[in-house]
Amino acid sequence: MHTKKGTDQIQIPGRIHARPVRKPGPIVAAVIVAIFVAMLIHGMVTNPNFDWPTVWKYLFNEHVLDGIKWTLLLTVYAMVLATILAIILAVMRKSSNPVLRWVSWFFIWFFRGTPVYTQLVFWGLLSVLIPKLAIGIPFGPEFWSIDTKTVLNATVATVLGLGLNEAAYLSEIVRAGIEAVDPGQEEAAKALGMPPSMIMRRIVLPQAMRIIVPPTGNETIGMLKTTSLALAVPFTLELQFATNAIANRIYKTIPLLIVACIWYLVITSVLMVIQAQLEKHYGKGFDSRPLAGSGAKDGKDGEDPQTRQETDKVNKVMMAGLNA
Amino acid sequence: MDEDRQTRKDGQGGKDPAIVIRNVHKVFGNQHVLRGINLEVMPGTVTAVLGPSGSGKSTLLRLINQLETRTAGEIYVDGELTGYRKIDTGKGPVLQTLDDKAIARQRSKIGMVFQRFNLFPHMTALENVMEAPVHVGRVPKTDARKEAQAQLERVGLEDRMDYYPAQLSGGQQQRVAIARALAMHPDIMLFDEPTSALDPELVGEVLGVMRQVAQQGMTMVVVTHEMGFAREVAEQIVFMDQGVVVEQGGPDTIDHPRTERFTEFLHTVL
Ligand SMILES: Nc1ncnc2c1ncn2[C@@H]1O[C@H](COP(=O)(O)OP(=O)(O)OP(=O)(O)O)[C@@H](O)[C@H]1O
Ligand SMILES: [Mg+2]
Repeated sequence: MHTKKGTDQIQIPGRIHARPVRKPGPIVAAVIVAIFVAMLIHGMVTNPNFDWPTVWKYLFNEHVLDGIKWTLLLTVYAMVLATILAIILAVMRKSSNPVLRWVSWFFIWFFRGTPVYTQLVFWGLLSVLIPKLAIGIPFGPEFWSIDTKTVLNATVATVLGLGLNEAAYLSEIVRAGIEAVDPGQEEAAKALGMPPSMIMRRIVLPQAMRIIVPPTGNETIGMLKTTSLALAVPFTLELQFATNAIANRIYKTIPLLIVACIWYLVITSVLMVIQAQLEKHYGKGFDSRPLAGSGAKDGKDGEDPQTRQETDKVNKVMMAGLNA
Repeated sequence: MDEDRQTRKDGQGGKDPAIVIRNVHKVFGNQHVLRGINLEVMPGTVTAVLGPSGSGKSTLLRLINQLETRTAGEIYVDGELTGYRKIDTGKGPVLQTLDDKAIARQRSKIGMVFQRFNLFPHMTALENVMEAPVHVGRVPKTDARKEAQAQLERVGLEDRMDYYPAQLSGGQQQRVAIARALAMHPDIMLFDEPTSALDPELVGEVLGVMRQVAQQGMTMVVVTHEMGFAREVAEQIVFMDQGVVVEQGGPDTIDHPRTERFTEFLHTVL
């Protein structure tokens, strides 16, 4: 596609404009799939059990919209917390300081090793288990103290519970990303006089991101749905709980499940677009085909790096689609 | 070429060596890779390090730049002991490892060019060259950009500044790597087989840039299999085998080797 612009400028006598070879496969497949999809949609639309009028009625219900807001907020807060923690944990894991390595290992061991539902119950109960938080000299006098309840409300407890659990999983993804970066990169940076923290921040992590982003997109979409476990805290404002509550009130389960599904799909689609953008950003410099020695002459009048990345965007979106 | 070499050498007369390597050993596990290396490199001169595969040439370069730690011996760069500080405990002097910052500072005086280029793939050629001056040298961005452009022009890549490494040929990448190292204004440049990963037709452009850097008075240590380059550009030839310096001398050493092992080696590469 992108080569068109570059090559058509050059006049070549007898340039070949061949028709593509005929392949019946895609057409046959498309017809079969179309028939199946049509049957499925027809069945769903005409089946009274799905109760579409109720679906439409509640799709933009204010409790539902509120639920979406909270589901999104929980997802974003928990993922931001998890990402920051995960990077710290992964860097600690590779640290030369054995205490930091051990702390990181223990964190991952604990939060991966216990069910997230149980963890959420504990976060919800924490204000009962530990009623007061205090700052002071260890084992000595306190300067300042506060009721746990006031800082650890249901929202904070849910975000902490989901975020810490997710951090344990994400840190392994981050570690894999860091380990995938060519060791020569670190050596080159060292040779330029960069200190270790700068090498991690400017050289290794940006390259690791390319590997980290796709599975993290997966994790984010997973988190979107894990937020429904928040009722363990109990946190009762997110989408799944909201639609469930309506369903129980009006005795119509299926239509409201459909409402929830539609919204989860919409949000997932948006997240996939964001993921594709992130992948494009961190893929900079990697997605270009290497030019052979003499082929590198195209310069300004040939295809430039810009157009090349435009086409890659399309591929990336499709890739993200497969990922989710 | 010989005249260049002569004038450069005369200009440096009576100075202290840029690098002093004294009785350096390196052990990897149970492998004794370097066995007592002694070497001096005068400022403004080019030293070519030759030797068969596995003789410890890369290890020696990496010790000078502290990418590895030496097992024994001393290395001085510009008269300063690298990697350690001598402290007096009362019971005589002992060595203490320098902290990361101090080691980074010592390294920034030495530029290094690798066999596999090791450019930062997520940055353009220009960004690669600007990276260290901006973030290590704290040069303002606009100045660093100008300087980086000048460095890239110097290696003949003024029309490739905004290309990513993956869009450049091997020879172009290696020239960017040289520009990147030069941008930190190092006192010394180390080259570890800079042309070994290149297609034959691209070797010349990189050697050309290295010649030019040498002519401008840079102190260089070059591990290479390019005998022509060593003969023409180097003031000092060092032949290593099995972790020791077997033979050492002026550029004519290549044409008149004194030891049997060097003679044999030259037969295999020439
Ligand atoms: N990090 C390491 N761990 C263990 N052994 C190593 C390491 N680096 C190098 N060696 C060993 O040290 C010896 C010398 O290696 P070095 O890379 O210095 O040789 P060289 O002269 O540069 O060879 P070449 O011409 O193949 O690059 C080899 O036997 C190698 O296996
Ligand atoms: Mg080597």
